[in-house]
Amino acid sequence: MVEHGDVRVVHKGGSKINFREPALSTDSRFLLCASGESVKVFSTATEECLHALQGHTDLITGVLLRPSNHLQAYSCSLDGTVRLWDFTDGILIRWAKSNRVNIWCCFIYVWTVHLHVCACTELFQLVAVHLPQCGEQLVEAKELSAVLSNISSNPAASAFGREGQYIVSAKPLQLEVYFFKKHKSYSFFLKKDNQKGGKNTFTCITCHPTEDCIASGHEDGKIRLWRNFNHRKEYTYSTLHWHHSAVSSLRFTPEGTNLLSGGVESVLVQWRYNQESQRDFLPRLGGAITHISVSPDGALFCTSHSDNKITIIQSCVKVSAVIQGLVKGDRIRTDLMIEPRSKALVLNGKPGHLQFYSLQRDKLLYNLDIVQQEYIHESGLEQFEVVMAAFDASGSWLATVEERKQKAPELELNLKLWAFDDQKQSFVLNTTISAPHEGRITALCFPHVSDGQTTMLVSTSRDGHFKAWQLAAPAHTEDEGPSWSCDFLGAYHSLVPECCCFSADSSLLAVGFQEVVTVWTPASWELLTTLSQPPGAVRDLCFGRLSCSKYLLGATTSRLLCCWNLLTCSLEWVTSMDVSLLLADPLSENMAAFCFEAGSTDLFVFKPGEPRPLFSHKALCSGRVTHAVFVPREVMLESCDEASQWLNCSHLYFLTQSMDLLTFITKAEEDKLTASSKQLVVSDDVAMTPFHLLLGKHRDQLENPQGSNVSLPQLLQMPAHVLPSASFLCSMFVQSLLISVNKPSEQNKEKEEEMESEKEEEDSDGEMESRISRPEHMPSGESGCAAPALTKEEVRELRRLKKLDHSWMKGLLD
Amino acid sequence: MGEFVVHRVRFFDYMPSAIRAMAFNGSTQRLAVARGDGAVEIFNFADNYFQEKVIPGRSDRAIEALCWVRGRLFSAGLSGEIIEYDLEKLRPRYSVEAYGGPIWTISSNSQETLLGVGCEDGTVKMFEILEERIQFQRNLDRQKGRIISLSWHPSGAQIAAGMIDMIRIFDAETGHATHRLLVERGVGTTRNTEVVVWSVAFLSNDTVISGDSAGKVQIWDAVTGTLIRNHLITKWDVLGLAVSQDESSVIAGTSEGTVVQFQALASTMGQENNQWVRTRTFKNHTHDVRALVHTDTAVVSGGMDTQLVVRPLLDKVEKNTQESALRKILFPHKSLVCCARKAGLLLFQFPDHLELWRLGESSAKGQAGDRLPVMKNPEKLIQLQNKGEDHICCSAVSPCGSWVAFSTVSSVRLYKLQLSNGNISIKKVSKLPKELHSVHQLCFSSDSSRLFASSAQASVVVASLDQLQCKHLHTAFSAFLSFPGSSQPIHLLSASENGNWLAAANTDGQIHVFNLHKLKLHCTLPVYSSCPTAIAIHPTTGHLLSAHADQQIFEFSLKLKEYTAWSRSLQREGLHPLWLQRDTPITHIAFNRNKPAHVFLHDAFMFCIIDQSLPLPQARKKLYNQMDLKTISPQKRMQESHAFKICKMFQHLLSIHLLDDSSLVVVERPLADIVSQLPPPVRQKKFAT
Repeated sequence: MVEHGDVRVVHKGGSKINFREPALSTDSRFLLCASGESVKVFSTATEECLHALQGHTDLITGVLLRPSNHLQAYSCSLDGTVRLWDFTDGILIRWAKSNRVNIWCCFIYVWTVHLHVCACTELFQLVAVHLPQCGEQLVEAKELSAVLSNISSNPAASAFGREGQYIVSAKPLQLEVYFFKKHKSYSFFLKKDNQKGGKNTFTCITCHPTEDCIASGHEDGKIRLWRNFNHRKEYTYSTLHWHHSAVSSLRFTPEGTNLLSGGVESVLVQWRYNQESQRDFLPRLGGAITHISVSPDGALFCTSHSDNKITIIQSCVKVSAVIQGLVKGDRIRTDLMIEPRSKALVLNGKPGHLQFYSLQRDKLLYNLDIVQQEYIHESGLEQFEVVMAAFDASGSWLATVEERKQKAPELELNLKLWAFDDQKQSFVLNTTISAPHEGRITALCFPHVSDGQTTMLVSTSRDGHFKAWQLAAPAHTEDEGPSWSCDFLGAYHSLVPECCCFSADSSLLAVGFQEVVTVWTPASWELLTTLSQPPGAVRDLCFGRLSCSKYLLGATTSRLLCCWNLLTCSLEWVTSMDVSLLLADPLSENMAAFCFEAGSTDLFVFKPGEPRPLFSHKALCSGRVTHAVFVPREVMLESCDEASQWLNCSHLYFLTQSMDLLTFITKAEEDKLTASSKQLVVSDDVAMTPFHLLLGKHRDQLENPQGSNVSLPQLLQMPAHVLPSASFLCSMFVQSLLISVNKPSEQNKEKEEEMESEKEEEDSDGEMESRISRPEHMPSGESGCAAPALTKEEVRELRRLKKLDHSWMKGLLD
Repeated sequence: MGEFVVHRVRFFDYMPSAIRAMAFNGSTQRLAVARGDGAVEIFNFADNYFQEKVIPGRSDRAIEALCWVRGRLFSAGLSGEIIEYDLEKLRPRYSVEAYGGPIWTISSNSQETLLGVGCEDGTVKMFEILEERIQFQRNLDRQKGRIISLSWHPSGAQIAAGMIDMIRIFDAETGHATHRLLVERGVGTTRNTEVVVWSVAFLSNDTVISGDSAGKVQIWDAVTGTLIRNHLITKWDVLGLAVSQDESSVIAGTSEGTVVQFQALASTMGQENNQWVRTRTFKNHTHDVRALVHTDTAVVSGGMDTQLVVRPLLDKVEKNTQESALRKILFPHKSLVCCARKAGLLLFQFPDHLELWRLGESSAKGQAGDRLPVMKNPEKLIQLQNKGEDHICCSAVSPCGSWVAFSTVSSVRLYKLQLSNGNISIKKVSKLPKELHSVHQLCFSSDSSRLFASSAQASVVVASLDQLQCKHLHTAFSAFLSFPGSSQPIHLLSASENGNWLAAANTDGQIHVFNLHKLKLHCTLPVYSSCPTAIAIHPTTGHLLSAHADQQIFEFSLKLKEYTAWSRSLQREGLHPLWLQRDTPITHIAFNRNKPAHVFLHDAFMFCIIDQSLPLPQARKKLYNQMDLKTISPQKRMQESHAFKICKMFQHLLSIHLLDDSSLVVVERPLADIVSQLPPPVRQKKFAT
């Protein structure tokens, strides 16, 4: 991404939660999933997002639990860093960066010591990274060793085998197994097609946790279980076949008793390992399954779906929770809109629905069924689609257009008007107008009435007319409420209207009839004036706001952006740019123009009255941007920086061609965000007081019941007849009760060794590490609170004290 | 290559019989296959899966099981008899009544001293294998219900018997049952039907594997009598099991036509805790797989759809070799069609009758490739029904069409046929010489004056034919003494056109040529390692051409008693790799009288004309170049053309004959016709249907 001043393009809100496989915590209480540039921690019980782990500066490409500590998780990102988080508290513990590999890509696999990262340099290489165990927060990973090269870019196509002894990677038609101990790799090839036309391409891979068995999913829906793969020739596989198209994800349960598979059928299949004829199915999960993950305790599974959804499933194959992200199909027909009441983003959701998505809370609020017909999942079937929607300024009316196109002349159109019901807190269908126009509707527009009720709607159509619809009370019956009917039908020289726009005070309506812009007054439906700038049809029309309301801007197909002054009815200025989308900020004079230039889109933010753009961002993303929206801020920013001033009132969200919802963020905002997210609270420089040691020891025992005195209660609980004779036990029992007092001079060397070993224990357990740091090389200057400097002798004495039994203190504390 | 008028014959309703049982002898590499009509076929796996011998069936003989004991072949069936076969005379040597009702299974212990049979009345009977005979020894404890399957422990101390709803394990010493393993019935509606244990296998590590009618393959511990693992592999029956020699792999055949492989694999590397895991599934059959054999390198399966399928295990053989190719043996490697080439008659041999047909005629002329209208339809002249239970083993019609002979294992019948303007009269020749009583192959001389028959004593009988008598002329006994101990049956006979020579070949690969004037042995060809599949003597040059099971071709000059120059150059340059890769043997050789250099050969999928005047194809050149030759210029065609001209237009060929009027008779049997006569397969739900 290109940095532009201090404004940056980020994924924020509405990002994909199905991009990578989510991770379930060991106790199955939390779900970690990569969502844009943050890792979101969801509660599996309540489906709520607890917090987001912020810090990465680019798309996160993998989340994984740390095997040695179940409270920590790794994440990796396109920004080239791997971060270690305490996900329960949302604390960044450590992060690693490498200078040698240009872009770290894709995904991580962790096995105890080594962290395997797929690095995307020129080749796709799987690299083993040794993370140095030191206390600093930022470490540089220097030890890199390539394990496999030219692996698939799909993270599901590589997996660790039993106890990390080998790693398996699948290329399109090849399975490669690399044994770490023997440094030997075996490759197995499949034919491209079998006789029946099935495709043998590998799609995903997983390994059995306790046995040497690799399960691979294939394009034709087969699952193969590979065994004996440490032989070049005598390897063997068995085939399971239920899926009718490609298997997209495979997982073994932690005990290895079951194999889970999923694909486009959106059915989770559970196969019994070694009893493969027995299967369980969980059908009708919604979108196609893209990932499956299993919690380490086996209590929960979760499946990611192509409609940006995560389903949490109990191990008895029952759905327990659904986490829904912003639904993004392959195509969005409606504009991005903001519902004025809830400030929710509204766009196409499920087929035939509008979704209301809260960007602030990053949560789907609800779906509104517009079509109100059952959607049939069958390819090639033409069904009603919501193609257009518009809200009025107060949010009390919603107009939708749905269409079904069977053949070109038989276009079925419905215009529906929905009123907001205060009691139901939802939109209720008021009027259905079937066949409002003879041709496809090109634009839909409510006037901006700041006070009172909206009573007008304008729609333009390809049949050459624009229609004004009026809300009117019914004449003959009393019990029905007001409904909408056609008030005015306008046309201009039988040209096709393409777009329409109300001025800020709704006193003018501009309708673009190909090359000609006509300006009407809605009060009397008089044609006031026509403006024209041939050649090129007008594609977008937009009135200026606030102080610039005298300007009308129009983008034409001949790559021109024109600005007319309505007071003088003359062209104010014109500039040459291929505007694909023109947008006005409702809260300021600013306007945004997305221009398509050489395969990518540029953004210009400007005021119609001023010739210089406020902000410009070249090469925002590849492809055309056709959907964008200004989202009003809840709290105004007070930024004085010129380049970011335009973001003070509103966010600008836009949708790229690859259906990523992106937005702009200022430096100040970002700083505020990172400041608010918790830093490493317990740092390395906590003073080593005697009390801390005592208490630490006590906590230690609470957490680790297998302390030194385990044998005593065990001894007492054992039935007498299985114990050895009392005389044999007596001395040991008495000794365990004694407080050992040894001469420190004798024990010094031994202690030192013990300390070494203790340190290693601490390293392996990061939870401990953060609390008990190394007193020997304690950084003194780093911390603000002055730690009392202890001499070596004192530390040793403290250590010795720590060794003693302080269980009596427990009694006192309680 | 020349143009021919082709009679494309599809009215031979040849129907092979279903495969019921198989047994493989690993030391001699011979596979014995029992068919539903009681016939037993012996295939030599060491010699390109050539069908060496066929023991004709009997209509009352229903073989249920086969067993090899040191090169001796035993069978048992529902008739309640144990039969040992004489593999030289190709007939049962003796039969022993077991007195236990129908016998379902037969199995010998690995020491090959005892033969156990499972009977309908619930007894397992032990027979001692003696040098010449078998003798009843004793019964094991009698059980309720029939004994369906038997398997000996390799030590010979225990024997497992599959029954209805259970498996019994007997102590072979005491004869008492030590374990009773109850086999669970199927679920759902099949819960009320009893489950039949169709097959058991007893492994040396005291594991019993069973396949049953509920579709399960179960693995049992024979020491404790407990079920270790249960694999449900089909909704229908598991009909057969076979274990590899090293007991690391087991295959199971099902009613769906699939063969499922199980392998004993270590679940974690480097450990010995082997588990039986279902691995591969082979689907090469449409119907029940009744019989299975697990050789070291391949899975051999056969069943209701009459095909014998050899599916190599690719982890045991080298890739892309001849061994790694799948083989399906559809047709017998011996022609069942005989042609009277002067009279235009075809004789079809069925197990219990013969059919004589007159070919159709057409007077129209046409371009190459045209289909000519038939003026006179082919006509079935005679159907000769065989009397008695024994099936026909060979038959012949004389070239002039006036004599028809056939033989069963017990007798030879000869008929005189008179065809005169629509009237057909047939007369049985009553008094045949007594040497002609049991023959393996029949052949008429080209002038129809003599009948040659290879008799069971490894000799050739020559009989002269008069108007209505068959006077015994001579019996050539002395001929086959060159090979001490070789009394193998003669399976090929061929007389020369001029009546001078008679060539005979036996399954040991010996080819002898007799001088018919002197009635004595003329010469013996050098013995080639592979068995001859077809022999013929050239009418003009007097060369003997022989084709062998490994697809080699030899030409031997009878005058000079040595291989001809063409044969030597063929051996020197070698045959084309594609030619050697064909998997069906050449079953007939013929010559074109108009073009002496042309030799006609055919197998089941092609027929070939070898032009001995043209150069041999080189290995890197294209073998099937007929289409290419058509497109290039005549001058270049001369350079490109080679001796092998192959036509693949006709498929599933049973026979090709060249008539005297230079028209070609092609007898085809399309597979679809055979399949349509099979009973419907078990119903299976197919996805998206």
